[in-house]
Amino acid sequence: MNAIVSVQNLSKTYAGGFQALKSVSLDIKEGEIIALLGPNGAGKTTLISTICGITTPSSGTVTVGGLDIQKDYRETRKLIGLVPQELTVETFETVTATVRMSRGLFGYKPDDAYIEKVLKSLSLWDKKDTQIRALSGGMKRRVLIAKALSHQPRVLFLDEPTAGVDVELRKDMWNIVRELRDDGVTIILTTHYIEEAEEIADRVGVINHGEILLVEDKAELMKKLGQKTLEIDLQEPASVIPDSLSKYQLQLSESGEKLTYTYDTNADRTGITALLTDLGKAGLVMKDLATSQSSLEDIFVNLVKEDA
Amino acid sequence: MNFQAVKSIYIYEMSRTARTLFQSVVSPVVSTSLYFVVFGAAIGSRIQSVEGVSYGSFIVPGLIMLTLLQQAVSNGSFGIYFPKFTGTIYELLSAPVSFFEVILGYVGAAATKAIMIGLIILATSYLFVDMTILHPFWMLFFLLVTAFTFALLGFIIGIWADNFEKLQLVPLLVITPLVFLGGSFYSISMLPEGWQTVAMFNPVVYLVSGFRWAFFGYSDVDPLISVAMIGVFFAIMVGAIWWIFKTGYHLRT
Ligand SMILES: Nc1ncnc2c1ncn2[C@@H]1O[C@H](COP(=O)(O)OP(=O)(O)OP(=O)(O)O)[C@@H](O)[C@H]1O
Ligand SMILES: [Mg+2]
Repeated sequence: MNAIVSVQNLSKTYAGGFQALKSVSLDIKEGEIIALLGPNGAGKTTLISTICGITTPSSGTVTVGGLDIQKDYRETRKLIGLVPQELTVETFETVTATVRMSRGLFGYKPDDAYIEKVLKSLSLWDKKDTQIRALSGGMKRRVLIAKALSHQPRVLFLDEPTAGVDVELRKDMWNIVRELRDDGVTIILTTHYIEEAEEIADRVGVINHGEILLVEDKAELMKKLGQKTLEIDLQEPASVIPDSLSKYQLQLSESGEKLTYTYDTNADRTGITALLTDLGKAGLVMKDLATSQSSLEDIFVNLVKEDA
Repeated sequence: MNFQAVKSIYIYEMSRTARTLFQSVVSPVVSTSLYFVVFGAAIGSRIQSVEGVSYGSFIVPGLIMLTLLQQAVSNGSFGIYFPKFTGTIYELLSAPVSFFEVILGYVGAAATKAIMIGLIILATSYLFVDMTILHPFWMLFFLLVTAFTFALLGFIIGIWADNFEKLQLVPLLVITPLVFLGGSFYSISMLPEGWQTVAMFNPVVYLVSGFRWAFFGYSDVDPLISVAMIGVFFAIMVGAIWWIFKTGYHLRT
């Protein structure tokens, strides 16, 4: 595996004594989009801040492009672009000036043609001479992205890129992310929203209480933990599940009008046909049927619940 | 060395000055003119001259020092405090820059602005009084080293301060009184004996005295001592910055 970012046993205890990261290990593959999923206070921002150099690790090592983030910080930081969670932008500067400043900070000579390209790709070109305070929140977020891209990073961190962003901008954002990925940029984003991870990521990492609970290919994850349920509405309420049906994983609702069958989509046989046959034999009459697939959301909620 | 970053910080900070150019230039000119009217004209009509220099001219070096110190400290502190306050400091912390480069950019810009204003005041004074500069090299030396030293002090204050009150505290409670008591508007020799001794503990006395010597060849203390003292202050600031750097104090969590 080609890991562009490698985190080994990283721990972080803040000055107040709070341990925000507990021996986290994580390899990020070059060119992938990985989503870090976790509730408030899980440690997502702390993890990102440490890799980017804003927070100093208490123990453990991080390499970016094979180089140590502390010893070789000049090289590693040049590879990284960061879009922070908070909308922290200058107020009185113009869009162009602030993006140009970012580029310079990372050691690159001004390149107006490149900055023009970035601003255009973010639909900011017509705002290039506007003071940042006169921009809307969504535009400010675009400015933050432009700043992060100003030095052509190979790894881009997006800390909750869709917070406070409307549907339209979110769509734009994913297009930009995909384009960057196509250009070979590795993207790490954090989110509270499972649908987002589901929509955009190649891999998903779930983090809670400063620990990585799992990292999995999104498709694998969906398959592995993906269970389907079949809901059967009964014509006549049943008081108990008949003995002849005990071999099935069935649950009866309190009213007795609904049977829920849980099955694995990957199993050789789902057992549905047999169940329906046995149902008729047991004298239960179906009124309606519905199936539903557990989403990443359910998986996530289950994991976080187990962890609590 | 990431020169590009130093340049970027410097240009960025200077452009902040340029945006507020009017205030930056007009307010020192107005306040200096007021000092000339109040001290030069009102008091100067009673104190004819000090050691052969007309009182109006005598106060010019002190006035420049007063503004230089205030400007250097306030620019130096504001430059680094503001990104901390707005949160934009994240970028500085995640950029491939060393602490030294950050200081060079911010302190360089703060000192430049203070020196510019010092020179504007000097130019303004020519409108009111006759000025001579006997030792131009030493005049520039004091101007430069003082500006950098106090911009460094400002930078330290900016890193230390976690609210606006603290940011104002040191300039208001320490710098301004020291400058006023530091012989900006009078010669230390005019003070009663006991107070002359007390004054020697005021670091600003050495700056004003040396600076004034560069203009008129007259000083309260030996100019060599002044040069040594400014060197000591500069070394103290560099030492303090080095210590802050070693401990990662207040910037990285
Ligand atoms: N500077 C700090 N000092 C002390 N504790 C901190 C600091 N920053 C964060 N924490 C604590 O560390 C924990 C993890 O915070 P972090 O910001 O990494 O969470 P997060 O996963 O990004 O949450 P969110 O989804 O709300 O952004 C939280 O309990 C937080 O209170
Ligand atoms: Mg966060």
